[in-house]
Amino acid sequence: MANAPSGPIEGVGATVYRSVAGLGDFFLFAARTFVWLFTRRPAPHTLLPSLYLVGVRSVPVIALTGTFIGMVMAVQTYHQFKKIGVESRLGAMIDITIVRELGPVLAATMLAGRIGSAMAAELGTMKVTEQVDALACLGAPPLHYLVVPRVLACTLLIPLLTILADFMGIVGGAVMCTHVFGVEAHSYWSFAQEYVRTWDVMMGLIKAVFFGVAIGLISCYCGLNSRAGAEGVGQAATEAFVASFVAILVLDLFLSLILLRFFAQSARSFL
Amino acid sequence: MTAPLSNSAILALQGVAIDFGAQPVLRQISVEIPRAQTVVIVGESGCGKTVLLKLLIGLLHPTAGTVRFDNADLAQLSDRQLTQQRLRFGFLFQGAALFDSLTVFDNVAFGMRAQRKHSETEIRDLVRGQLHEVGLPASVQDRKPAELSGGMKKRVGLARALALQPEVMLYDEPTTGLDPIMTDVINELILRTRQKSPVTSVVVTHEMKTVRKVAERVIMLHPLARLRPGESQILFDGSLDEMDDCADARVRQFVLGQAGDRLQELASA
Repeated sequence: MANAPSGPIEGVGATVYRSVAGLGDFFLFAARTFVWLFTRRPAPHTLLPSLYLVGVRSVPVIALTGTFIGMVMAVQTYHQFKKIGVESRLGAMIDITIVRELGPVLAATMLAGRIGSAMAAELGTMKVTEQVDALACLGAPPLHYLVVPRVLACTLLIPLLTILADFMGIVGGAVMCTHVFGVEAHSYWSFAQEYVRTWDVMMGLIKAVFFGVAIGLISCYCGLNSRAGAEGVGQAATEAFVASFVAILVLDLFLSLILLRFFAQSARSFL
Repeated sequence: MTAPLSNSAILALQGVAIDFGAQPVLRQISVEIPRAQTVVIVGESGCGKTVLLKLLIGLLHPTAGTVRFDNADLAQLSDRQLTQQRLRFGFLFQGAALFDSLTVFDNVAFGMRAQRKHSETEIRDLVRGQLHEVGLPASVQDRKPAELSGGMKKRVGLARALALQPEVMLYDEPTTGLDPIMTDVINELILRTRQKSPVTSVVVTHEMKTVRKVAERVIMLHPLARLRPGESQILFDGSLDEMDDCADARVRQFVLGQAGDRLQELASA
């Protein structure tokens, strides 16, 4: 029988061992989910509720936060740009930041908070009340019946939610700059149009797809590995959000490095 | 390399052990269950009865040893093959485990829809028939599980499990938390299921009343932490009469429902 760690070194070792084992377990879970995803299509009656939950119910919160992020960016940057007399270029700066970074990260963060933790709590409750086991006994493998539709819904709809966040952020920034700070609208939009290229938008959308896969997988994994009781389910929901948020930030860094190298031409044109 | 099952055995555990993290729950469990036998597994809380039941249907996988169903090692099956094999089982969960977002009808129809063998019209008739079998009126079929009493939930769970006409029925604490009359109703339903078709049944319970009513064979497990060195975790495996005459004080204590020295043990723990 394994003994409990007795000193700080054993404690660190045990933590590292648990983390590596947990990560391995997660990747195994992800691999098995992809096998189901590519070998058997989910039934419409399992996919549609997930699409509704992820798509329709996220719209208000993403639209609202997108608008305010655009407006706050305008407030924070207007005075600096005005000091050096380039406030007419604010449209380019705000829009490129939103479509490349803030839009996808914001949409993903909202999705993780609003939907990811709800999915983890729902699956956690199903796990602790043995409904997940019951599914498995009734010919509906939980990965195919519960996980695939949720991961698919997050992956398919997050690009659309990102476009919504981008659009609302751009509108919010433009309203603030042109109507509140009095930046001349024609030059604001001209610079924005000149600098924001299709691949900047594409870069944000490519990132969003990765974020969607990560949120779906992490939330379902946390839910299906929930500990018993109300506290266990609550913890699963919290862990789902925290782990999704960390994954979003880590993926954002690495995807930015890779995609910026890939789209170097576009980056140079802005810098 | 594992030995083949004897001809009559449908389920077999061979040298099975399972741990949850650093916590061992079962060790060196070897049991063969012949077709059409009703085996009742008893033992104190925490001795691994439900874990054993979940090992039999492949919901849990052993850390060591093999679980074989109809000569197939469950650990060697793909997800898809395991899903197919599980449809040959029925499982009545302790809390019924009804899908709370679905109606009673959809709960009972769930397995049949997953099997894709029946039309919706056939499913409707089969669900009604199954609810009738467990003594529930057709009027409950539109209710959600939250609107049902504990006994009704158990009977819906039983109807759902039996709807697939399983070869093996697994019952996890089928009468726990029910009043004496409903307990007897569930026991009668277990007996009736066995009389209607030669189903193999494995019943996990604490209730000696259930043991006496349904058991053809009784297996008693003991918590690992309280075993003497070198002792098997299966304290008893035999008929009900043999259990009543068992020389082991722990078995007699369980049969009679006496605390014995457990109170002192718990106080000193």
